[in-house]
Amino acid sequence: MSDILLSLKGLTKAYPGVVANDNVSFDIGTGEVHALLGENGAGKSTLVKMIYGLVKPDSGTMTLRGKAFAPAEPRAARADGIAMVFQHFSLFDALNVAENIALGMENPPPMRDLAARIREVSETYGLPLDPYRTVGDLSAGERQRVEIIRCLLQDPKLLIMDEPTSVLTPQEVEILFKTLRKLSAEGTAILYISHKLEEIRALCDHATVLRLGKNVGECVPAETSARDMAELMVGTALKTPTRAGRDMGDVALEIVSLDAKSPSAFGTSLKSVSLSVRKGEVLGIGGVAGNGQDELLAVLSGEILTAPGSVKLHGRPIGQTGPTARRGIGLLTAPEERLGHAAAPDMSLTENAMLTGSVRENLESRGFLKWRTAQGFAEKIIEAFDVRTPGPNNAARSLSGGNLQKFVIGREVLQRPEVLVVNQPTWGVDASAAAAIRQAILDLVAKGAAVICISQDLDELMEISDRFAALNEGRLSEPRPTTGLTVEEIGLMMGGAHGMEVAHV
Amino acid sequence: MDLSQINPILLVASLMVAATPILLAAIGELVVERAGVLNLGVEGMMITGAICGFAVAVETGSPWLGFLAAAIGGAALSFLFVILTQFALANQVASGLALTLFGLGLSSLLGQSYVGIKPPPTPDLHIPLLSDIPILGPVVFSHDLILYLGIAIVAGVWALLKFTRAGLIMRAVGENHDAAHALGYKVVRIRVMAILFGGACAGLGGAYISLVRVPQWTEGMTAGVGWIALALVVFASWKPWRVLLGAYLFGGITVLQLNLQAAGVAIPVEYLAMSPYVITIVVLVILSADKSRAPGSLGRIFHATS
Repeated sequence: MSDILLSLKGLTKAYPGVVANDNVSFDIGTGEVHALLGENGAGKSTLVKMIYGLVKPDSGTMTLRGKAFAPAEPRAARADGIAMVFQHFSLFDALNVAENIALGMENPPPMRDLAARIREVSETYGLPLDPYRTVGDLSAGERQRVEIIRCLLQDPKLLIMDEPTSVLTPQEVEILFKTLRKLSAEGTAILYISHKLEEIRALCDHATVLRLGKNVGECVPAETSARDMAELMVGTALKTPTRAGRDMGDVALEIVSLDAKSPSAFGTSLKSVSLSVRKGEVLGIGGVAGNGQDELLAVLSGEILTAPGSVKLHGRPIGQTGPTARRGIGLLTAPEERLGHAAAPDMSLTENAMLTGSVRENLESRGFLKWRTAQGFAEKIIEAFDVRTPGPNNAARSLSGGNLQKFVIGREVLQRPEVLVVNQPTWGVDASAAAAIRQAILDLVAKGAAVICISQDLDELMEISDRFAALNEGRLSEPRPTTGLTVEEIGLMMGGAHGMEVAHV
Repeated sequence: MDLSQINPILLVASLMVAATPILLAAIGELVVERAGVLNLGVEGMMITGAICGFAVAVETGSPWLGFLAAAIGGAALSFLFVILTQFALANQVASGLALTLFGLGLSSLLGQSYVGIKPPPTPDLHIPLLSDIPILGPVVFSHDLILYLGIAIVAGVWALLKFTRAGLIMRAVGENHDAAHALGYKVVRIRVMAILFGGACAGLGGAYISLVRVPQWTEGMTAGVGWIALALVVFASWKPWRVLLGAYLFGGITVLQLNLQAAGVAIPVEYLAMSPYVITIVVLVILSADKSRAPGSLGRIFHATS
């Protein structure tokens, strides 16, 4: 790329006990799409927070268009043409689109003019949006548009995007990429953070890889294989999960035309869902978050009770059986929400191990707890799944997201389930740990268990599942064998682009 | 029973006076809660304002200096809440309850030598033309300045929240403090200002009781008005004009039931005494059936990470 827009030199930021960024240097050119790669905790977020003025570096300098650049607060960064789309959307649910956008601008015009400009910009970039809708009612893809348009209205020179595609369908990703390419052609530089390597290969001109806070290498993504980039991120050769030849057995779990109302006002009710999974099989269920995944998990775990015959385990009706009894007969579940659903945040790992393991691991006798056995079980999970924690007496909250995820999945896997249902098993987990979790699931299947894996990560589903189905507004598509399934077909199963139009530009 | 004793003109005039302390305290608390802070210390700030205002008015002879002192006193007590919740990150519910208990105790201590004294009278306004309108004039346009100030604050808060950028930022802070912080807004600074405003309003409301409504000082004279104001904010769905409606409704029924008691209506006194609470809650619950809800960050502690 031609001239350098932003240059980082020797940026260092330490927090108590951890160096988040250690002497990081790289340049971003005008109009360049620059990827920032790294595992969880590699320091990507800290680095962009320094560029955006949320965090001050301990040492090191930044130069923007040849001038020293040290934003004291986001306002200063915005004034210099830096805009950021956050990983966890920084939107206000109760306010409307225009108000949300006004909050992210320095000198917003009066509301009526702003609404007109929102319409204008959103149409130019093929991201249609009604300025007066309440943000709480929007879909994830639409919410992201609000963030992007908020940035575009300020005519940014550098747009930072932190994991923008994690909540989008493949079609929505395509629309986003078109927008980003158009911006880049107009001279806006983009700093793109993601762990989705194929996306980076498709979109980015240049990539910088961070590992444990250090810049460990740069590459041109189009000329580097995803595997090489992953190994650069992890620092070691990556193990690909292997599956042994499988023998499919009888149907282990079956759902027959089930309708279930969501317990939450904002949830999605399940509509005539049918599925079956056999021993030795992984059924992958995809779909954009909020299309009935949580409800499906609750129906399987026993949190939502249904007509007895609509859920069957080994042919036996269990629709009216509660969660503990289902655990007893071998149906185990690991929900998505780690803090609060899969684990009690302020209880120790031993106590958390006891909460789901007491039935199958025999951790209680006549209502009394067997502390020593429970602690042994917790230690076994920590050992087997490489959970990084000082010990089983630490509170679940004190673990990082990825480590807690390993604990939560390990806890169910080690209870020798006959049927295991997992929702987002590797969400927020770095590449090597994700590979370990997937391997554990495949090993379980090789021993004859049946697994239902609900996930937003299509690559993961393609890697481990034998058949794939998608949830869309509470309906489950017909499951299809994963071999030979194309991305377009998957996208259509997921409901296409949710009525979004591709940019007419 | 003699209902003809009840003079409707006097009734409306006195309901406005009866409603003003609740109105002032509630509109202040509304601002605090819209900024995402739950301050349960309204009662304590009111009673502190009541004695500060009373003492200063007695010592200086000027009710206006008294009201000023009341606002300062209420804000000063709320500053204690600021230190506890915004800087020491203490639990807001516990801190608020402590503030109430502390305010009640502090006011008794300060007020020991003021029992049984009459404060200087607060003059009623005489607005040319408006006050001379028959019936309407004496009822609506012949009150003291503070009563109109209360209504003006309601209008001001409404306009601030609806039309200004400052109001938008305040709502954003109350709705999602993490997102507001990420956008670079000073969450703590905005909340501190809101809490101090709430304290000043509660102090004014307290002084209105001790200087206008009752005009004297007795220990614990706010008698739960602060709690009513807190409930009013919730039932009014955090909307300024509904707070006004709720306060006037409550004040009106309080005055009416006192009149009915005096007139000897054949309803047991207990039922009459509870009627303002029941009717106000019923009306506001019906009104709040729309989809309005509490500010998203209400009562949550903000801890800036990054």
